[in-house]
Amino acid sequence: MLDALLILPLLAAIIMLLVGNAAFCRALLLLTAIGHTALSLAACIRVARGEAPEGMMGLMTPDALGALFLMLASLLFLAASIYATGYLREEEKVEERTCIQTHRPFTNAPERRFTACLCFFLAAMTLVTTTRHLGALWVGIEVTTLSSAPLIYFHRHRPSLEATWKYLIICSIGIALALLGIILLSVAFYNPTGPEMDSMDQLDWYIQHTGLASAPWLKAAFIFLLVGYGTKMGLAPLHNWLPDAHSQAPSLVSALLSGALLNCALLGILRGHQIMRAAGLGDFSGGLLVFFGLISLLTAAIFIVGQGHYKRMLAYSSVEHMGILAIGLGIGGLAAQGAMLHAVCHSLTKCMLFLLAGNILTRYHTFSSYDVRGLRWTMPVTGALWAVGFLAVAGSPPFGIFVSEFLVLKGLFAAGQTWLAAIYLTALAIIFVGMSMAVLRMVQGSRPYDMPANPREPLWSILPPLVLAATVLCLGIYVPDWLWNFLQTGAALVGG
Amino acid sequence: MNTLFATLIFLILVNNILLLAAFRLPSLIRLIAFQGICLAALLFCEQHLLLACAVLLIKGLLLPGLLLRTIKRLPINTDLRPRLHQGLGIVAGMTGLIFALWLETRLAIQPGLFPPLLLPAGLTTLFCGLILVVGRSTALAQVMGYLVAENGIFVLGIPLMSANTVWFELALLLDIFVAVFVMGIAINHIVETFESIDVDGFRSLRD
Repeated sequence: MLDALLILPLLAAIIMLLVGNAAFCRALLLLTAIGHTALSLAACIRVARGEAPEGMMGLMTPDALGALFLMLASLLFLAASIYATGYLREEEKVEERTCIQTHRPFTNAPERRFTACLCFFLAAMTLVTTTRHLGALWVGIEVTTLSSAPLIYFHRHRPSLEATWKYLIICSIGIALALLGIILLSVAFYNPTGPEMDSMDQLDWYIQHTGLASAPWLKAAFIFLLVGYGTKMGLAPLHNWLPDAHSQAPSLVSALLSGALLNCALLGILRGHQIMRAAGLGDFSGGLLVFFGLISLLTAAIFIVGQGHYKRMLAYSSVEHMGILAIGLGIGGLAAQGAMLHAVCHSLTKCMLFLLAGNILTRYHTFSSYDVRGLRWTMPVTGALWAVGFLAVAGSPPFGIFVSEFLVLKGLFAAGQTWLAAIYLTALAIIFVGMSMAVLRMVQGSRPYDMPANPREPLWSILPPLVLAATVLCLGIYVPDWLWNFLQTGAALVGG
Repeated sequence: MNTLFATLIFLILVNNILLLAAFRLPSLIRLIAFQGICLAALLFCEQHLLLACAVLLIKGLLLPGLLLRTIKRLPINTDLRPRLHQGLGIVAGMTGLIFALWLETRLAIQPGLFPPLLLPAGLTTLFCGLILVVGRSTALAQVMGYLVAENGIFVLGIPLMSANTVWFELALLLDIFVAVFVMGIAINHIVETFESIDVDGFRSLRD
């Protein structure tokens, strides 16, 4: 059962590469996404019931934390695939393309390669979220980089190539440092006469044998894991690649990068945090997480204000939310539970916003939030959802992120971190104002005179964001008990 | 066997400094191939035969071959163009070596885990890789820096390898291979679009 979760996208990718017919690839992509979502749901339900499903000879043993991120990745992939079928069909019709920034002509990468890389990307994320073997986790995260780099370079022009190169080099080196972290972890637990590691569930073994570990090596290992995976997760000051890659990738890819991939990298850090907590060093690792989280929050606040590039604005918003996640998980307790809910709400909201950004880009052909005017006249549904998405992502009620940010705040007060709470609130307020200026400017105003009054929007472009928006709204009003229990089980693994 | 092991470690250390001193891309590639062969020999000393063969094949043969092929397609000269003076890189590498040697005396390591000088060799290789990435402005040199840094981490992992972890090391090697392959494709595109492999031309994306 779990095996299929990994094999399905891999097989689909290979078939796509072999067959190559564009319409066939699109259909297969959609089928893969639906199948994967169903399988993930089944795996999640089994984990929620307290069973311990196993696949690939023990390589895949998801726990609540992994299953949660698996479900998120799978849902987002489904949304992105529905969007992709329409998007790729439209792209096929375009005959001449010119780069928005450099005004030079460019071509697209072959479509089958794009859809195949999407499937490889999904397979890699599946491995990352389901495995509890730290080496396999590392391999999975590296594969996410390699499979998503061609996705960023779908539109073959200079800026996207530049972004792809930065992404490849910065993330590869970051992840290499995480490998050093894994090696240091083995050094910390090294004991030639001690018990052998006999199962694939490395995490469990480490947590059970923390008595053997030497604290200084563990600390060093965690620092490298944090820096390595933190680069991939977009924690400031290691986030340089993130705004570039997110702004240059096709919007559905940005949605996946921001909503699903960043969570996977976070999971890598959390695995280290779990071991540190078991070894009684939770304060050290938690403190580091809070520190990096705070810097991310502040960096995002600085760069979002006055940001004229709306996709970069969304990218910095991802840096902000990764910061909030790091703070919540670092503090632990109620804040960690809030962070779990936050991860869910942020992924859904950010995916929706990036898909909408794609709609706006297609219609207006500009990245500048100053040049986009009168969204509510030219694209009524996208415009309305764009405003809704902004309210949701900036943390205003009644959306899910409000609830989760509030829980994190309560957790901060409960932990006696009044100063931290004050900085947290200030940064959130600045970001709210900074984003609202850009978003409201785009939605309001009169229709540009050269923009045709054609408010018809294709269903594929609005259905996924609409459903995502409805879900985030529901999560703000009512979190079902089963979901809350599941989130708490996940948070309990990291001290919530 | 022990003398061979120590000689190999020494060779890796010397190789590191030469990497920083290399002026042209082909010589850099040859040095990296040599480093790969040294790694394979180290594994051979530790009796990891399967891995030694895999490393020899991938790090000693395939990856340098891939890089050489990329260079042959370049229409431009293959100078390395350091960002600062070349000597500065060597000094930085030497400092890294001294730091690593100092670190070895300070760390409390389980006796018998790391053979003498293995830790400084690994760390210095890692430093040199990072210096190559940061200090050279050609995209190809950055890929090679990544490879060297990864080799350094690989050296540190050698004492911890056991029969159980062979599959992981193989997966890792495959990963690195695919990474360099993807980077090679990216470099081809860079050459086509920018007509140079100088990443200093990358300045359109910033805030």
